[in-house]
Amino acid sequence: MLWIAIRMLTGDKQKFYGLLFGIAFSTLLITQQLTIFVNLIERGASGVYSAPEAEVWVMDPVSRTTEVNYAMPATALDEVRSVEGVEWAVPHLRAVASVRNSVGDLEGVTIVGVDDATLIGLPESMIEGRKSVLSRPDTVLIDDVGVTKMFSPGESPIGARLELNDQRAVIRGIADAIPSFTSQVTLYTKYSQALNYVPGTRNRLTFVLAGVRDGETAEAVAQRISDQTGLKALPREELAQSGVDFIIENTGIPLNFGITVALGFIVGVAIVGLTFSLFIRDNIKQFGALKAIGVTNFKIAKMVVAQATLVGAVGYALGVVGTVMFIYGFSGNPTFKGFYIPWQIPFISLIAVVVILALTGWISLRSVMRTEPASVFR
Amino acid sequence: MMNTMAKTTSTPTASQSASEANTAISASGIIRDFKAGQSTIRVLHGIDAEIRSGEMTYVVGESGSGKTTLISIMCGILWPTEGEVRVFGTDIYALSDTELVNFRLENIGFIFQQYNLIPSIDAAANAAVPLIAKGMAIEPARKKAMELLDALNIGDQAEKLPRQLSGGQQQRVAIARALVHEPRLVVCDEPTAALDASSGRRVMDLLRDVAVSEDRACIIVTHDNRIFDLADRILVLEDGRITHDGTDMPDGH
Repeated sequence: MLWIAIRMLTGDKQKFYGLLFGIAFSTLLITQQLTIFVNLIERGASGVYSAPEAEVWVMDPVSRTTEVNYAMPATALDEVRSVEGVEWAVPHLRAVASVRNSVGDLEGVTIVGVDDATLIGLPESMIEGRKSVLSRPDTVLIDDVGVTKMFSPGESPIGARLELNDQRAVIRGIADAIPSFTSQVTLYTKYSQALNYVPGTRNRLTFVLAGVRDGETAEAVAQRISDQTGLKALPREELAQSGVDFIIENTGIPLNFGITVALGFIVGVAIVGLTFSLFIRDNIKQFGALKAIGVTNFKIAKMVVAQATLVGAVGYALGVVGTVMFIYGFSGNPTFKGFYIPWQIPFISLIAVVVILALTGWISLRSVMRTEPASVFR
Repeated sequence: MMNTMAKTTSTPTASQSASEANTAISASGIIRDFKAGQSTIRVLHGIDAEIRSGEMTYVVGESGSGKTTLISIMCGILWPTEGEVRVFGTDIYALSDTELVNFRLENIGFIFQQYNLIPSIDAAANAAVPLIAKGMAIEPARKKAMELLDALNIGDQAEKLPRQLSGGQQQRVAIARALVHEPRLVVCDEPTAALDASSGRRVMDLLRDVAVSEDRACIIVTHDNRIFDLADRILVLEDGRITHDGTDMPDGH
């Protein structure tokens, strides 16, 4: 009977494609929007992920994320270094500045000052140039998002001169960095050089990055630093999570994406529900005839479940493939750099599809179950 | 041709015993009510009837006389409000729902007025539906259905979808579907309603050839007076009561 059920479904091509479209569209919308949402809010932790060596981040107690920070006195560095369990500690500066490029356009940028000696705080790899080039005077490295924002396609940023808060800066390399939540241009330079680029306030040390000794945990060392210095010290994962939480709590993004995901679900229910109901209604006489002939309600239910399963499986696969193609298609765009589909998202979409089909299938099935076999004689 | 309604007596005769052995359906005291808003409409008023194997029995009557309700009850697809129906000795409304469905699948073949063929499967598969429903694999079921389609002279149309067939051809597929699982009772609802006179007679001749046999009963609901002469027995229903039981239509009809 399942063979007949599948033939009944695929035989009505218009409705079959309508059902597939409904499921695929819902899956695509839900999967794609959740993927963008997750990847976007993870950008709240990009500052942490772009400094992979740091195991503990130390900051002023009022600082909340790598972007929302308050500078500390320079003495904080020595205080941290004196805490037991700290293997090394280096200064790290993050500040915003305005840059004027060679054609006079103004752009807001993030200045990241990394330790002069070790260059800890730089992204792990470079797209062009070497990290050591920072030893040359007035040198900055630009991130790849910055290249697309500040330079025309095909134009090389290497050697370009910038006016950075009235100071000269020369781009001598492109860092392979994870874009920030706002995709703001990021310029990396030595800590000592960064002090020249940011306005001359008394305190400019925004973070101290620390490593922990063998046998110590980042959590224990961070707690010890907090206890002994009165500063806020967080293991890298905790600060990364703070960055994500900050975006969730302080932007309308979860609501906006939530609405889109809900719309995807509603559209799925509407399209699939309507089409499935029409399909069942068009075949109600045939189902009635089958019941009269001697097909049990249980077998009829299995037929409807088989139809829903086929539509769900194919539609879901199309939707997920569509999302993968979307992410792959935009992977060359720095705005979507590093985007990936966590396994939880297709799983959530699958649950949504199952719920859509269970709901619409149940509604349709009720009408089949209620159909009296005697109705075929009317 | 036997045309008397068998009545149970306390001392059955030899001929009555033979008649009972030949009985396909025995319905007694059938009442059927339908709710219509606040009121109840009685469609069948305590009908007693017997259908015998080897006969082509017509149930005739005007629209609303209760003939469709009666055969629906007789073939186990509509519960009577009161009364008992025995089909080949089985009290079918004493069976559980699943047992009743399986009983229909094993013992009854249906030919619907509008055929109710599945539009997306070909004629052979449509004819094979009861076998598939009984659990037979597709190919053997189709093969068996093909034999019947050949016997009905539409074997060459077996791979066509219902929409590619004429009304008469669809009717033959429906007949094949009703007979493919070799039921002991065949129920036809207005088999000639959608056909012209000559096609109607051909279908009825065909039905007589393939559906009527010594161990099989055939009930036909119709009000097509062009085919009344082909009946072995005619039950006339008027306002939910059997008013005539004979080999010919009574005068005035």
